[in-house]
Amino acid sequence: MAFGVEQAKRWMSIANDHIQQQKQYLTELDQAIGDGDHGLNMARGFQEVVEKIASANYEDLGSLFKDISMTLIAKVGGASGPLYGTAFLRMSLALAGKKEADDKELIAALEAALDGIKARGKANVGEKTMVDVWEPVMEFLREKESLQVKEAALLAKEKMEHTKELEAKKGRAAYLGKRSVGHIDPGSASSHLLFAALAEALEG
Amino acid sequence: MKKLINDPNHVVNDMLEGMAAAYPNRLRRLPGTNVIVRHDAPVKGKVGVVSGGGSGHEPAHAGYVGKGMLDAAVCGEVFTSPTPDQVLEAIKAVDSGKGVLLIIKNYTGDVMNFEMAAELAEAEGINVAKVIVNDDVAVEDSTFTTGRRGIAGTVFVHKIAGALAERGASLEEVEAAAKKVVQNVRSMGMALTPCTVPAAGKPGFELGENEIEVGIGIHGEPGIEKTAIKTADEIAETLLNKILDDMKLEKGDRVAVMINGLGATPLMELYIVNKKVSEMLEEKQIRIHETFVGEYMTSLEMAGCSISLLKLDDSLIELLDAPADTIALKK
Repeated sequence: MAFGVEQAKRWMSIANDHIQQQKQYLTELDQAIGDGDHGLNMARGFQEVVEKIASANYEDLGSLFKDISMTLIAKVGGASGPLYGTAFLRMSLALAGKKEADDKELIAALEAALDGIKARGKANVGEKTMVDVWEPVMEFLREKESLQVKEAALLAKEKMEHTKELEAKKGRAAYLGKRSVGHIDPGSASSHLLFAALAEALEG
Repeated sequence: MKKLINDPNHVVNDMLEGMAAAYPNRLRRLPGTNVIVRHDAPVKGKVGVVSGGGSGHEPAHAGYVGKGMLDAAVCGEVFTSPTPDQVLEAIKAVDSGKGVLLIIKNYTGDVMNFEMAAELAEAEGINVAKVIVNDDVAVEDSTFTTGRRGIAGTVFVHKIAGALAERGASLEEVEAAAKKVVQNVRSMGMALTPCTVPAAGKPGFELGENEIEVGIGIHGEPGIEKTAIKTADEIAETLLNKILDDMKLEKGDRVAVMINGLGATPLMELYIVNKKVSEMLEEKQIRIHETFVGEYMTSLEMAGCSISLLKLDDSLIELLDAPADTIALKK
């Protein structure tokens, strides 16, 4: 399936719709175990992204993802700004000069995004972070070698719900230790929304 | 919520404008940013020293911008890390070609945003070093967690690194001195009342009429325990003993002491705390080189205090005593 500038823009637009709708929910998740600004920050950041890329023309995917990254870095704040900013920056490097990406190339770019998130957050699987969604989803896509995005989105949802069982080891929730168990990680929830939006953008 | 503000969403901007207006000969605000720099930045032949973090901790960090301490402070929203683009502007504004040291308090958001800014600056050819301050002994340090938080002890890092930078030392030397302070400074705090982030409109946590929280962080993060209010002596003893357990001072060691108010504590009470702290140190034959009592790193209108100890040697003493001319600390 071809993934070009048009598809990428649609991905961001659908992601923004989801985030705006779930703003309150993300904030509530964050109020339980963090500092309570995740929904607000993400909604502000993705609104800016959509406005920024809507009217601009992009020669390649790299420059589009660079704009997305820089906007998120400047507008989201908190820890999610640099995490998602780094993810999209790595995608931008992986897709530099490409007008379209095939399945393999997009999977490689998403893989680079995950590496970026792990490097920035120094987190691994099992620490109750967005990595608990990203890592299994990427494992799945890597194995399939094709963009089975619907299945990936379902897996993302399942893994997001699984963070409820985990004790936080990274981020502000880590100060709560065992008290963080029983709550879904807000970053894993917003990451699920991104994968759900990717599935909708590519498969309608 | 009863606060002396105009609009909860404009507090940082309004504060910075007021600050820049008050000290035009010392500071300026970089246009279009929430960055406060020395009026004469970048200073030729000098390593730039940059710190920052969420607002609400005044005078930290912009109050420490000036000769002998910071070249720039990056001010985030209240209790929220500044974004990398803002940190990058600060780095660019103070780099004179000798490189820039970032002094970062150990919070996930701060560390990520400052590290990202450092990478962006390096991509532009600026040499950047980082030091992460984690002086709060109230939370466990372990390789599996985010680690200890950075609190009032950070001001000692500003002072020492800033003094060495002012003498024209290299980036490596300034970084090494800052790291030495981090290794030798320990702090712990407690709260009598919570505080309210203006945009949130209500207190971040609750304390009963006769309740205190021991080991609290400067954003109201949970500490070691909620307990009934005790005497100043008992509280000072709890905090200081926890600090001393962690830093293993010996007879004859020299220290600097900071008794820091969290925003709504009368100086009278801070001096009462210091009475006990100085007695305990004297009893242990630990020599107090200098004591700082006042508001150095606050938490909005939280009532309470933190105690910090910095273990000194000759070289640290020389830098601690060196001249500084900032709004909040003068030497």
